[in-house]
Amino acid sequence: MKLKTLFIAIACMAATACSAPADHRQGVYMLLDTSGTYTQELNKAQSIMNYVLAKLDSADVFAVARIDTASFSEKDIIAKVSFDEQPSRANQQKRAFLENINRFVKEVKSSTYTDITGGLLQGVEFLREAGTGSKTILIFSDMKEEIPAGYVRDVPLDLTGIQVVALNVTKLRGDNIDPREYAGRLEAWRGKVERAGGQFRIINDLERLESIVQE
Amino acid sequence: MSAEGWYLIFPDSPGASIAMLVVLGMVVLYLARMPVHQAIRSITRVLRNGMRLTARSLELLEKRLVARNREVLLSAGREAAERVVEREFERVEAAVNRDLSDYPALHRRLSASIQRIEEDYQSHAESPPAPDDWVHAVDTIAKISSTRDTMTKVLKDIQTSIERDQSTALEEYRKATNERHRLLSRAMPHWRKLVKGIDSVSVALNRLLERSRSIDRYMEEYRSIVRGDEHAERALSSSSITQFFIAGLVLVIAVGGALVNFHLIARPLQEMVGGSAYIAGFKVSQVAALVIILMEIAMGLFFMEAMRVTRLFPVISALDDRLRIRMGWAAFVLLFILASVEAGLAYMREILAQDDAALIAQLAGTDTAVAGQQWITAAAQMGMGFILPFALTFVAIPLESFIHAARTVSGVLAVLGLRALAFFFRLGGNIFHHLGALLIQIYDIAAFAPLGIERLIASRSAEHKASPRAKVAEA
Repeated sequence: MKLKTLFIAIACMAATACSAPADHRQGVYMLLDTSGTYTQELNKAQSIMNYVLAKLDSADVFAVARIDTASFSEKDIIAKVSFDEQPSRANQQKRAFLENINRFVKEVKSSTYTDITGGLLQGVEFLREAGTGSKTILIFSDMKEEIPAGYVRDVPLDLTGIQVVALNVTKLRGDNIDPREYAGRLEAWRGKVERAGGQFRIINDLERLESIVQE
Repeated sequence: MSAEGWYLIFPDSPGASIAMLVVLGMVVLYLARMPVHQAIRSITRVLRNGMRLTARSLELLEKRLVARNREVLLSAGREAAERVVEREFERVEAAVNRDLSDYPALHRRLSASIQRIEEDYQSHAESPPAPDDWVHAVDTIAKISSTRDTMTKVLKDIQTSIERDQSTALEEYRKATNERHRLLSRAMPHWRKLVKGIDSVSVALNRLLERSRSIDRYMEEYRSIVRGDEHAERALSSSSITQFFIAGLVLVIAVGGALVNFHLIARPLQEMVGGSAYIAGFKVSQVAALVIILMEIAMGLFFMEAMRVTRLFPVISALDDRLRIRMGWAAFVLLFILASVEAGLAYMREILAQDDAALIAQLAGTDTAVAGQQWITAAAQMGMGFILPFALTFVAIPLESFIHAARTVSGVLAVLGLRALAFFFRLGGNIFHHLGALLIQIYDIAAFAPLGIERLIASRSAEHKASPRAKVAEA
């Protein structure tokens, strides 16, 4: 009787430990706006990337992609990494990643259009494929979308379980003339993301980046 | 009739309707009075009896628990006293082995010294002076008349001869005296040796006497515990509570040490078991670090147990001495290996910390400042990694005290809890009892008018019955 009870207890413990293990890995996909004069802001983006790199841990996934004329493409991914299980190797990967990013920032060229939705679609695809526990898309942009003629971006998005964070949303000249444009633009993005099942946040103060990535 | 005016028996007169309702209500209450009273009494009686019964059961349980606590306390005290007495006997045995094991040799040495001294004493005895018979001859010769020359000459020769002999005898006597003095001075070291030997025996015996007095004292305490004296029980209880807090404090300190140890090895273990694997919500590296620390504590417990410092596992204490000592050695070796592993991990942690710091500096765009004294940190971490497992070994002692004392303290707390619970149940029973009486009174207030009429009728009837008797009595 005692053995039976012990066996049941062990089985319960094993079931508790093994059933649906929570995935603690984090996936971060960062979109960099390279349109027009926004490229001048890339130094700020670099510090954000450094911050994210410092916070990410073993087995996490990080990718940086550019937003250009047509962003729904793997070619727009500047660097991506899936960190090793061993923290020391993950550190080496971070160093290599940092070099890639630095090289990109030095050589970046402005694009004519800003395909944010395409980048978002690419990010969703990347994060779903990575299968991490938490998924975050960082958009370093003024959130002013300009799509060239002929490109269809009015497609249904599925952002369930994805957190979208707009970073450093600068005010454009038109926003200064009519602030409603700025607020309307952000509200439109919020609506678009939340309708797609995601969460939307804006962080303009780069000193408050703590909540982007979990420790 | 609308729903709001349901109570209007006389639609034109609400006052009369309400009065009618009150009267009807009173009549209904009056008619239902006895069953309602009985129901209230029954319910409150059931609740009261139930609570009193529960309180009584709790009191009985408390008594049993008190008796059980007493048994456990006295048993623990008896065991502790036995250990103390046993330890004292072991000390006496050690003292006897140390101090008195060479007593036969000491006795031989003392006997030899005494014999030597006796021989010397015998040999240095003063030799008797030469017989003085010739003195009488001299006196006789001296009484002869000295007128003759020949006689004078003879006497003078005799005198000369006697003086020479006397001088020779005196010389011999002096020589003999010197010899005796020499023998006596030779006996001095033997005397000293004898005194020293006797002193050492005296010290050893005094020590044994002291130990025997301690044993007597402990035995008296033991007898008091075995008899179950109240003062012994009080002393044991007080001692247990004190031990509980002291051992608890030491355990808290030990937990602090274990936490430091944990942080020393958790980070480098990520390199071995990976930094992203989780078990039951905890990182595998953290679980591994915890397991290593727990293994160290377990090895420490076994080591202390094998050394008979603690007695948490009767199986180990009951092992054959050789096997027990081997087990102690095995535990020590494993502990040493684990401590060495920890020292290595602590060193690795320092290297990884430097790597992390360099990466953070690179990410922040600042230069990495390489401190020259980093070897001090590394050495300190390695030292801590090596020492802490051995320090944790001593957790076994407060842990044993804590476990034993916790039984007493938890027993005392359980008794207090049961007593409080019994009190509240008894109080609840009384409250329900009085609440029943109060509800009956309140019910009777609601039906005061019919009850008043009933009393009036009853008193009239009583008067009516009493009046013919009064008349008869007056007559």
